Amino acid sequence: MVDLSAVQPPAGKDTATSESIRIGNARAVARHRKSIALGLAFWLPVGWLLFVILASALVPVLGPVLGLAAPNAPNFMNLRAPIGTEGHLLGTDPMGRDLLSRVVWGGRVSLTVGFAAPAIGVGIGLVLGMLAGYYRGWVDEAIGIAIDSWLAIPGLVVLLLFSVIYGGSLLMVCVSLGLLFIPSAARITRAATIGAAQRDYVMAARAMGATDLRILLREILPNIIWPLMAFVMIDIPIAIVAEGSLSFLGLSVQAPTPSWGGMISEGRDYLEVAPHLTFVPAAVMFLTVLSFNLAGDALRKRVSGGRQGAH
Amino acid sequence: MRYVIGRIQRLIIVLVIVTFTTFILVNVLPGDVAYQLGGIEASEEQIARIRQGLGLDQPVLLRYVSWVSDLLRGDWGHSLLTGESVWEMIAHRFPVSMQLMLMAQVMALAVAIPAGLATAWLAGGWLDKVVTSIGFATVSMPTFLIAILLIYLFSLHLGWLPATGYEPMSEGLWANMRPMILPAASLALVEWTVLMRTLRAEMIGTLQENYISLARAKGMSNLRILFAHALRPSSFSTVTILGLQVARLLSGAIILEQIFGIPGLGRMLIHAVYTRDFIVIQGCVTFFALVYVLMNFIVDLAYAWLDPRVRERRAHG
Repeated sequence: MVDLSAVQPPAGKDTATSESIRIGNARAVARHRKSIALGLAFWLPVGWLLFVILASALVPVLGPVLGLAAPNAPNFMNLRAPIGTEGHLLGTDPMGRDLLSRVVWGGRVSLTVGFAAPAIGVGIGLVLGMLAGYYRGWVDEAIGIAIDSWLAIPGLVVLLLFSVIYGGSLLMVCVSLGLLFIPSAARITRAATIGAAQRDYVMAARAMGATDLRILLREILPNIIWPLMAFVMIDIPIAIVAEGSLSFLGLSVQAPTPSWGGMISEGRDYLEVAPHLTFVPAAVMFLTVLSFNLAGDALRKRVSGGRQGAH
Repeated sequence: MRYVIGRIQRLIIVLVIVTFTTFILVNVLPGDVAYQLGGIEASEEQIARIRQGLGLDQPVLLRYVSWVSDLLRGDWGHSLLTGESVWEMIAHRFPVSMQLMLMAQVMALAVAIPAGLATAWLAGGWLDKVVTSIGFATVSMPTFLIAILLIYLFSLHLGWLPATGYEPMSEGLWANMRPMILPAASLALVEWTVLMRTLRAEMIGTLQENYISLARAKGMSNLRILFAHALRPSSFSTVTILGLQVARLLSGAIILEQIFGIPGLGRMLIHAVYTRDFIVIQGCVTFFALVYVLMNFIVDLAYAWLDPRVRERRAHG
């Protein structure tokens, strides 16, 4: 079995470190706790994320009300307008389309993929991981081999293949990217399930004659689902970056639908004369991905009791 | 030895599944290859002839077996567009991609090892915080974004390095390396963080071992302790990560070759995807998978060699 210990630093040393912290010095523990309280490094990113999510969710309704131009309305009198142009706060692209509007609308694509793909991957990975971790034996072995094989094809290659076969669309990107998240989710679930399956309450449930299905759903699932959610937070920024890469190659949603990767790609030809065409969507994308990473990291540190250096 | 045999068994099973999946994926395409080749005006008869020529009228399993035996004999098929031998195309372009990935990995390690050692040594200090923050920032940037930033800075603004292009080795080593620096740096900037973090985490554990305290008590210099005593026992996870990174490097190389116009495997694959050259796609994907599986096999063995406990544990577990 390709186990998790291969991916993470050896568990022994790590627990030894945190153990010595705990036993060694009560004051150090208190200081430790304080340092992991959710501070500015958590709330600032969360604020940005809420802003981006709300903006892109509400733009179809609020955009026209606030006087935001339509994302695909060209204005041939005003090509590549700089930032701060009247009526176009962030300027316009080579076809005279409003950059601000396109960035906000592009967020819809990135965020949809960012949430949908991990949900699909974790959903399937959860089922596979629980089966492998609960039944062990040949089920475990078979799922392990399937996952190894799936991992043997580089992610971008899988995405390229799917885009050739099914064409570029939002659904295609969500599903194919979702499939890529199965292995990590399955492995984490499997490890957690193995641990949970040996607990007393599982034994008790089995002694009382509970079916496997009941044990899996009522006893094991509630105990492994929250640690798994912390890992979903890692997948979201990865999904956004992957969608961006596909858009950049022109293999995600098709023009004229705006997407961050697509806008960066379009702006590339004008990097010298109008760098804001590239840097506006790039900055928004960077801030969003960074925010997901920072917020996720803060949450994970909290869940794992602030184990230093584990990530 | 038992460990090695177990690994090889696993390797073969994975290879069979991967090649079969690739084969199925490319062969169950809606929009039959034959129709693509024949064009819109092809008659049913012509289509049938093309199908026969490609062997598409045979059952899938039979086609798979003959495809694999062709692969083993070095016949990877011919491009639907140019008629070039796919194997030759790969053999021609792979060294270019390999050079890009190697340069990137060397750059990443050159930054990650000192950074990992320093931050582990001074864990919690200001240097640690600064380096970790920089790591967070670079890991949050997609490769293509870093590439564009670097092009903007070093090509358009400073004019130090070319934004695109490729020179073969025959033009001289520097001429060959120069256009590769920016793409390799883009790739390295994304990858170094993971290496640095892994090394840092494991190093913090190692530095608490008794023999490190002993070395310190003996008055050994800090640098010597870090490099001579602590580095090797702290490098297991980092070596594993190197193996896992091959897939990410390949993915990164695909995009970077496209941006920087480097004639490697990635550019070939993207071109094949744009032009729907299925035989080339199939060959590329199979090749990528082979490289990845083999690299991880080697990493597994290297890991067992570095840490004898793995041999024991895995052989019995």
